[in-house]
Amino acid sequence: MPRPGFVLDVDKSTPPILFHHGESFRLERLPAGRSRVVYPAEPLEPLEDVDAAIRHALDNPIGDSPPLRALLRPGMKLTIAFDDISLPLPPMRRPDVRQRVIEAVLDLAAEAGVDDVHLIAALALHRRMTEAELRHAVGDRVYDAFAPHGQLYNHDAEDPDNLEFLGTTRHGEEVEINKRAATSDLIVYVNINLVSMDGGWKSTATGLASYRSLRHHHNVRTMQHSRSFMDRHRSELHSSNWRMGEVLRNSGVKVFQIETTLNNDTFGTSGPLSVLQKREWEWTARDRAAFIAMKAGLDRLPIKARRKIFNSWQAPYGVTSVQAGEVEAVHEVTTQNTFAQQLVPVEGQTDILTMGLPYICPYNVNSVMNPILVMCLGLGYFFNMYRGQPLVREGGVVIMSHPTTWEFHPVHHPSYIDFFEQCLAETTDPLELEARYEKQFAEDEWYRHLYRTSYAYHGVHPFYMWYWGSHGLQHVGKVIIVGGDPRAVRRLGFSPASTLQDALEMASDVVGRDATITHLHNPPLVMADVS
Amino acid sequence: MGARSQVLRLVRRASALPFPYSAPTTPGGVEPLPSKRKVGADYETDWARRFPARLARLALLEGVMRPSVAALGAPERAGIDRLSGLSDGPVIFAANHHSHLDTPVVLTSIPEPWRHRVFVGAAADYFFRNRLTSAVSALVIGAIPIERSTVTRRSADQAAELIDRGWSMLIFPEGGRSPDGWGQPFRGGAAYLSNRCGVPVVPVHIEGTDKILRKGKKVPNPANVRVTYGAPLRPMEGESTSRFAERIERAVAELADEATTDWWQARRRAAAGATPSLTGPDAPAWRRAWALGDRSRKRRRQTRSWPKL
Repeated sequence: MPRPGFVLDVDKSTPPILFHHGESFRLERLPAGRSRVVYPAEPLEPLEDVDAAIRHALDNPIGDSPPLRALLRPGMKLTIAFDDISLPLPPMRRPDVRQRVIEAVLDLAAEAGVDDVHLIAALALHRRMTEAELRHAVGDRVYDAFAPHGQLYNHDAEDPDNLEFLGTTRHGEEVEINKRAATSDLIVYVNINLVSMDGGWKSTATGLASYRSLRHHHNVRTMQHSRSFMDRHRSELHSSNWRMGEVLRNSGVKVFQIETTLNNDTFGTSGPLSVLQKREWEWTARDRAAFIAMKAGLDRLPIKARRKIFNSWQAPYGVTSVQAGEVEAVHEVTTQNTFAQQLVPVEGQTDILTMGLPYICPYNVNSVMNPILVMCLGLGYFFNMYRGQPLVREGGVVIMSHPTTWEFHPVHHPSYIDFFEQCLAETTDPLELEARYEKQFAEDEWYRHLYRTSYAYHGVHPFYMWYWGSHGLQHVGKVIIVGGDPRAVRRLGFSPASTLQDALEMASDVVGRDATITHLHNPPLVMADVS
Repeated sequence: MGARSQVLRLVRRASALPFPYSAPTTPGGVEPLPSKRKVGADYETDWARRFPARLARLALLEGVMRPSVAALGAPERAGIDRLSGLSDGPVIFAANHHSHLDTPVVLTSIPEPWRHRVFVGAAADYFFRNRLTSAVSALVIGAIPIERSTVTRRSADQAAELIDRGWSMLIFPEGGRSPDGWGQPFRGGAAYLSNRCGVPVVPVHIEGTDKILRKGKKVPNPANVRVTYGAPLRPMEGESTSRFAERIERAVAELADEATTDWWQARRRAAAGATPSLTGPDAPAWRRAWALGDRSRKRRRQTRSWPKL
């Protein structure tokens, strides 16, 4: 029986706590008596027979939807869209659950005599997936059957010939999605719900959309009014996507949504990284030896070698649920299943929130975690891992641990470089950045070209990353990065600190000397239900 | 500086190392993780029944254990002739328990053909508390772990399997060494296994090991030791395990009486149902301690503990 997550009150017997620190780790002793640590739950038991669960979900849909086989008929136009490389994190071991679901869907399509089938990686403005990444996601059988015939490809949000404008929401938001999907008789969306933000109408309305459509919810105002975007019912981001879903539905776009949830088995229960998934006082002699050896080895390796090692890690995630049918009904169940794994009750807010940022976020898979992504992961994702109210009080301090090197992947993140060098040198205010620079980057022909033909994130993407953290920026009084490159950290508008003790000393200027501290022991993923 | 103090300094220095170089402490209010039990009752002892381990045990028994026991107690064996009616098959030796010395004393005094094909039921929480003590216990005395707080299927299955394979068992049914010199009530393990495997129980009484190394004592003092073997017992038709366990306890008590008086007196008292109990009088601790003097072979014959008034 897996143990639930819990909040540890730090006392003098508490051993130093693990902080992820990019491609390495730190062990930090938190002050006794005023610190607490939010620990994630242990991995839930995975489904014993995933394929049977998928078949059952397809035959027994949730909400107002017939079974999938009843929706399939000869001569129809079927589009299967699936989540891109940003999910799950790290990538899961083969077979990826997307492959299992897609194969099950295609089995039914074949039985029903459906010939016109396209598969689209719903990547919105993310970089295109490489052949190897597509093969990993959908499996070799599916890739070899569809990709050579041009029936398996990445969504292109900048291809005017392949976008379909479907109308505007009651709030004036334009809805434009992939033409093939919009004109299909049925879209089957295959999702992986790693966090509660994923899924629902966001899958189609964001994943298959164009910049014209995305800008209506990927903006500072929406993000600042999403409290948090991990809680759909209090998220303006989701409200906007749900309104767009309404437009899709009213336009006659039929979506059969298939959502899956994974457990917390990010680093495995055995093997070299399993120690990262254990509570520190439960580390055995073997765990400690593995940790010491791993850290000593990593600290002596050049950064490229370290990155290669971490990027090769594939998580042994177990599938905990599969549900299919009508989008909103499916998503309600999915969200509950995600919460069952990740939600931990926490009493009250804290003055200082600490977090160790790992080597990966949704936008640097097989890539480099540049300073903008550090900000996005810390103030965007980790800060927003709450329901109710933020873990840190308004005006409090966030302390993040990450090397934050001045380094960018030139192929994946070209516009990030210019955003960092030019825009952030002028201002770090999200509203000002949005007003002054967004349009210029979004419509830049070179970035557009690189997005469409190379493997670059869209020109506007670094802005979205900055907006992602805008609620956090607005909420906290100070952000400190421990162990980061001081130049890069200052460019982000944050304060660098060499050690956690220094950071706590600096934080005391803002929140006083007896400030309470909460550490979010993440990953494996944990979400605070703050009362 | 002596080697001992150097070792102590190294140990102190190692224990002062910070986490993760030393073991973590558990924060208050947190329940420690139950250990993955590769020791205790779950310790696998099959390897101790293989030829190399048996050879090593034979060398230890004859080369180390026997001279050590002889130096401390030179046990006098009695009642071996009572075992002559037994076949060469396995038996269960059930003995009273005063001292850590009881096991080597009995192991070195058990007659052939059982001596080198015997295993010991040892407390899982004591002899198998870590990997080192587990390995030493399994190798040196051929021990298997027995849960003394509860009767577990695993302990019973392991013992029964070995008996079925022709191994004899030495068990101390009291479940632990005597805390005050008096015996403790016998538990049902020996009776249950006898019933289950269809093998006889040989009651054994050990006298004198408490003088050498009683519970709580660190340094042994030489003293006389006597091991008395009783007539083999078998469960009777319809007899429950608890009844049979009581009968085994009574048999050991009769042997104790025999060891402290003589065979005839012991038999007469047994016939009259007046055999002194192994567990001593139901009285406060000081009176139990006082009465203990009556059981001494020497005292019984020469002096009284309690003055005549």
